[in-house]
Amino acid sequence: MTMNDVPKIITSRFDQGDAHTLDGYRRTHGYEGLAAALEKTPQQVADEVKAASLLGRGGAGFPAGIKWTLAPANVWPRYLVVNGDESEPGTYKDRMLLERDPHQLIEGVLIACYAVGCGQAFLYIRGEMAHAQERMAAALNEAYAAGFVGKNILGTDFSVDVVLHWGAGAYIVGEETALIESLEGNRGMPRLKPPFFPAAKGLYMQPTIVNNVETLSNLPWIIRNGVDEWNKLGAETSKGTRVFAVSGHVNNPGVFEVEFGVTTFRDIIFDPKFAGGIRGGKALKAFIPGGASAPWFYEEHLDLPLEKVAIDRAGSMLGSGAIVVMDEDTDMVKAALRLVRFFARESCGKCTPCREGTTWMEKIMQRILDGHGRPEDVALLMDTADNISVDFMWPPRMTTICPLGQSATTPIASAVMRFKDEFERYVGGPIELNVTVKGAAFIGPPTRKKEGSGV
Amino acid sequence: MARLSSENLETAYEIIARYPVKKSALIPLLHLAQEQDGWVTDVAMAHIAELVEVTPAEVIGTCTFYEMFKRKPVGKYVVNICTNISCQLLGGEELLHHAEQKLAIKAGATTADGLFTIEDVECIAACTEAPCLQVNYRYFHKITHGEFDSLIDDLKAGTRDEIPAHGTLAKVRQHIPAARRAGAVAPTDRAEPVWLIRNRQEGAS
Ligand SMILES: Cc1cc2nc3c(=O)[nH]c(=O)nc-3n(C[C@H](O)[C@H](O)[C@H](O)COP(=O)(O)O)c2cc1C
Ligand code: SF4
Ligand code: FES
Repeated sequence: MTMNDVPKIITSRFDQGDAHTLDGYRRTHGYEGLAAALEKTPQQVADEVKAASLLGRGGAGFPAGIKWTLAPANVWPRYLVVNGDESEPGTYKDRMLLERDPHQLIEGVLIACYAVGCGQAFLYIRGEMAHAQERMAAALNEAYAAGFVGKNILGTDFSVDVVLHWGAGAYIVGEETALIESLEGNRGMPRLKPPFFPAAKGLYMQPTIVNNVETLSNLPWIIRNGVDEWNKLGAETSKGTRVFAVSGHVNNPGVFEVEFGVTTFRDIIFDPKFAGGIRGGKALKAFIPGGASAPWFYEEHLDLPLEKVAIDRAGSMLGSGAIVVMDEDTDMVKAALRLVRFFARESCGKCTPCREGTTWMEKIMQRILDGHGRPEDVALLMDTADNISVDFMWPPRMTTICPLGQSATTPIASAVMRFKDEFERYVGGPIELNVTVKGAAFIGPPTRKKEGSGV
Repeated sequence: MARLSSENLETAYEIIARYPVKKSALIPLLHLAQEQDGWVTDVAMAHIAELVEVTPAEVIGTCTFYEMFKRKPVGKYVVNICTNISCQLLGGEELLHHAEQKLAIKAGATTADGLFTIEDVECIAACTEAPCLQVNYRYFHKITHGEFDSLIDDLKAGTRDEIPAHGTLAKVRQHIPAARRAGAVAPTDRAEPVWLIRNRQEGAS
């Protein structure tokens, strides 16, 4: 199969102007997946999703069908919470799905509730997305009126309310336990896992399935076309298609649905059908493969497939499907500072290493960028980061309640390890580091060229 | 600056009724208060505390965690300029500086006429459309300095009525008709969902 004839699964209606209306949606197979699901038993639907190996699209990449089985048996009620808080820098897909195909998500939510036995669903949309909230509200109102949501759905005994909820500006609320705290009306601070795995003790301490918008948007297609069709697409563990936003210094930045696990970074960054290469004929310097939290990749990673296992092994992650491309002229110290500042601003403050560490890392980086840095500042910076993410391992060793703290150290380790010469130019002297760095993407392949030679 | 108006109170009751636990309505109600007054007042917070049956301190606790809630008056138009990575790479910081020049205020401040507040914000999920900004949470993609100036001039002239005053988010609200309502499921409602029971019984027979 070539890249061209892979079917569009969740972006198929993006160019259909009226897809957000019930009529437009129904004209293109809308709610057929729900009808098909209601013909089956909840167990059959759950089994099908499990067989589909639908990896979560929110960041962690945990298979949805398996997550659904983690809710303890015979504990009721169960809830479904949809994570539409999209705010990982570089990520732009859930907002599009919400604005352009809201019914597809509603249908996915209903299929999940039917299979898992959720008594109520909450759709948590990021506060800043006014238009997405409007589109979802309008879609829900239409779907309720037509009998697709609410009491006795399609005339059956399956009844569930889907409640539109919206946030108020806090990146950390995207973390699933913080999302639940926020939905309970509290400050959005993560809970410790264990014991507070949402599937066991989630919303109001009840079993709760938290799934990402994109994850759930795949369900109507899977149920309508069957798991065999789905499993024909993609690689061993990474099935189906996936949506990636490619931004930064490319000719044609955009949001692309590609076959999961098969398409490579080189395809999606350079192919004219996708991002079309680096702007102005410049060379690639680095790219972020999966959102601000992901360790950076370089030229030598371009031929890796967009596949979970391969990317994890190379020391980074596909995360939220956000590829940010930086050309040869990019100031890596400046770029890293911006990312560190993001994490410092967004730390919820619950754990000391994260709260204090991110703040200090930002201050040290700012001093370096302002030209007041001393050569030993870079070692200080790495030492501070090492206190949050011990030995810069991948996956990181947790020293905090949620992974935000470790994420804040990845841009630093990426930039310092690869572009040490740029830091040396800022601080005006040679840098000596005295930390252990283990993450594969930070240290790079053994044969890699000397830093600063440009890639 | 006041308690929720009677019309907003109706909306508030409708929102609260959707949740199994009243406190869950807190963030939507704070948005409602901000929509009414342009910012979140102490009086409105006290009213919300009554409505969801928590203390005013708990309402303040939640309110102050979230950036969108303003505890002081802000401009009629809040201009959020993204300077995060994808936008930074394509001129987001320069756009912010240009905005500061154009409006003669620093990020975080409000113009003397009360029309504009500028904010330097984190990623707003429009990264492929960099540099981008929002005015009262409405998007403007790939904005040049010239386009920014025209936008500000239009807003001053009052010709952009698709953008409501600060505080209003979605102009469409969810409404669940009583006849179609499945109902909020309380955490104490321990019954197994009926469709699961039926399927199990059918499977057994
Ligand atoms: C700091 C942080 C921020 C996160 N932000 C989001 C987010 O904005 N959207 C999202 O779907 N998942 C986000 N996640 C991942 C969620 O915790 C959770 O894994 C996900 O919503 C589960 O859905 P999925 O299995 O369908 O991917 C975040 C995680 C962390 C640690
Ligand atoms: S790691 Fe940071 S963001 Fe996460 S819980 Fe701790 S302080 Fe909060
Ligand atoms: S980085 Fe600016 S919108 Fe995402």
